[in-house]
Amino acid sequence: MSWETERLEKAKKIIQMYPQKRSALGPLLYLAQDKDGYITNESIIEISGLVGITEVQVQSVASFYSMYKQEPTGRYLLSVCKSISCEISNSSDVINKVKDFTGLGNNETDAESLFTYESVECIGACGGAPAIQVNYETVEGLTPDKVVDLCKWLKEDKPEIIVADELQEKFGGVKSFDWAIKENTGTSGPVPGFQTYETSKEKK
Amino acid sequence: MKETILLTKHMRENPEYSHLLKSYEKNGGYKAVQSLLKSGTPEAVLEEIKDSNIRGRGGAGFPTGVKWGFLAEDEERYLVVNGDESEPGTFKDRILLERDPHQLIEGMIITCFAANISKAFIYIRGEYAKPARRVQSAIEQAYEKRYLGKNIFGSSMNLDIVVHLGAGAYICGEETALLNSLEGRRGEPRLKPPFFPAVKGLYNKPTLVNNVETISSVPWIMSNSGKDYANLGVEGSTGTRIFSLSGHINNPGNYEIEMGSSFGEFVDSLGKGVKNKPIKAFIPGGASAPWLRGDQLDVKMTIDDVANEGSMLGSGAVVMMDQDTNLVLAAKSLVSFFAHESCGQCTPCREGTTWLENILERVSSGRGRMSDIDLLLDVCDNISPGLTWPPKMTTICPLGPSATASIVSLMKDFRSEVEVLLPKKVVIS
Repeated sequence: MSWETERLEKAKKIIQMYPQKRSALGPLLYLAQDKDGYITNESIIEISGLVGITEVQVQSVASFYSMYKQEPTGRYLLSVCKSISCEISNSSDVINKVKDFTGLGNNETDAESLFTYESVECIGACGGAPAIQVNYETVEGLTPDKVVDLCKWLKEDKPEIIVADELQEKFGGVKSFDWAIKENTGTSGPVPGFQTYETSKEKK
Repeated sequence: MKETILLTKHMRENPEYSHLLKSYEKNGGYKAVQSLLKSGTPEAVLEEIKDSNIRGRGGAGFPTGVKWGFLAEDEERYLVVNGDESEPGTFKDRILLERDPHQLIEGMIITCFAANISKAFIYIRGEYAKPARRVQSAIEQAYEKRYLGKNIFGSSMNLDIVVHLGAGAYICGEETALLNSLEGRRGEPRLKPPFFPAVKGLYNKPTLVNNVETISSVPWIMSNSGKDYANLGVEGSTGTRIFSLSGHINNPGNYEIEMGSSFGEFVDSLGKGVKNKPIKAFIPGGASAPWLRGDQLDVKMTIDDVANEGSMLGSGAVVMMDQDTNLVLAAKSLVSFFAHESCGQCTPCREGTTWLENILERVSSGRGRMSDIDLLLDVCDNISPGLTWPPKMTTICPLGPSATASIVSLMKDFRSEVEVLLPKKVVIS
């Protein structure tokens, strides 16, 4: 099934921002994933036509980057950092709690498609280590207990939109720096919320 | 020891509103660019930047004025701001993007004026969704006021800026990989020569690639002067720099300081000391930098002083590891990072980093072999012959050689921590 008119219109707008069509490939892959939760074959065919490269080329780029998902992801993508500052701040305790709670190994998704778990490299939250992201919204200064609370909250409340500030307020601790500016914009899937791609959502 | 606050002034004094155009302007923002567009010349800007002696803040520390001077003539040229900050330990660009996006935009306009560029990009790592949103809304505010677009500030200058999100590849912080990524390709570094960005960059056109912090420093330099900037810090490391301090530290965070004080002073005074004294080792400039020992805390925080100790100031990420740190696990975490982020183009890096990761995995879990120390060093030597710093290269970019830094540090200064994990020689009598 090819892309519906609305998504095609968005795609054309994105392509126009760049001097060469192919530059829009990355953003279009996000557009594909926003709707489907991962990069489907149909999207690869569609994007190849839109930017004028072969399907193999699209696939080759999509598979290079870890944020383009090759398989369906759950509603909440839990990305736990294991790089140096988190590692020496006991991130392994946080990782184990998330694994225990969800019963998932790296890059696995549960049967209900609720959680996908992945351990990731540095997310730039070293001053607030250990840190994780939920659908690319950051929460810093976690403890093993707090991360379980976070997972429970996601499972029970099933928030539609994930907002970094809300996560931090409810479950976070030490921060990398003073976030100061309150924001209620977030994401609703495994794609970074970014207004140009229309993947960011306001929480009311 | 005190901070010297230039780049973080506006955000600190206006914590609630520093992302807004109104607040930036109220505090003197966009004045430098306006007076430039009225009566300045590109040559004068380049002179100020050269006078400031500012060196790139992304990691390599290349003099910015020289870089701008290299940009080849062409009708089409581009500016690409590198906001792919992914070096473990580093979170300084995040604060500049999130809390003061207009300072970056003004810096970009001035840079484009100096280099006669009308199309610019900000490449922000995909995981920085929130900072990217702030930058995007700042750009939209600037377009509304006609500070971007056609005939900006009523002058004859045109400038469009596009925010482009990365997708989770550290290697795209390497400038030529970043350009490939921005062109919709795999983020694999290009060979230099011929692909020096200043000559053959984005779409094969001359391109300036500068770090977020470097470009964010430009408005201050132009509102004051290159000489004022050069008066801060020390020779060779002028101005202020935002250091990201993390690890076993009581008060982690971003600190803007003049370069030249010692790591020890920095940690004790601004970082409020480490948790369990003494410090066993520390990383002076991000995951790629060789470690320094706890008895090297008196080393001065300048690009050249750290280089003289056989390491680098890199991206300004300082990670402290106290006496309780398991350094083998720390090295394993660092090596795993490089193994995961290797783009796979060059064999020594692709195979070597994976070997290093596997060996450290078995050593740290008690399954090590007596020959593993030699094997680790041999693999490192195949990636970077001679194990010197700066490293010799067998690869297109420095990622692979950087992976050897932590292992060499471990073997040089903390070898007993590895040996204790290995089986003892069995003597049969």
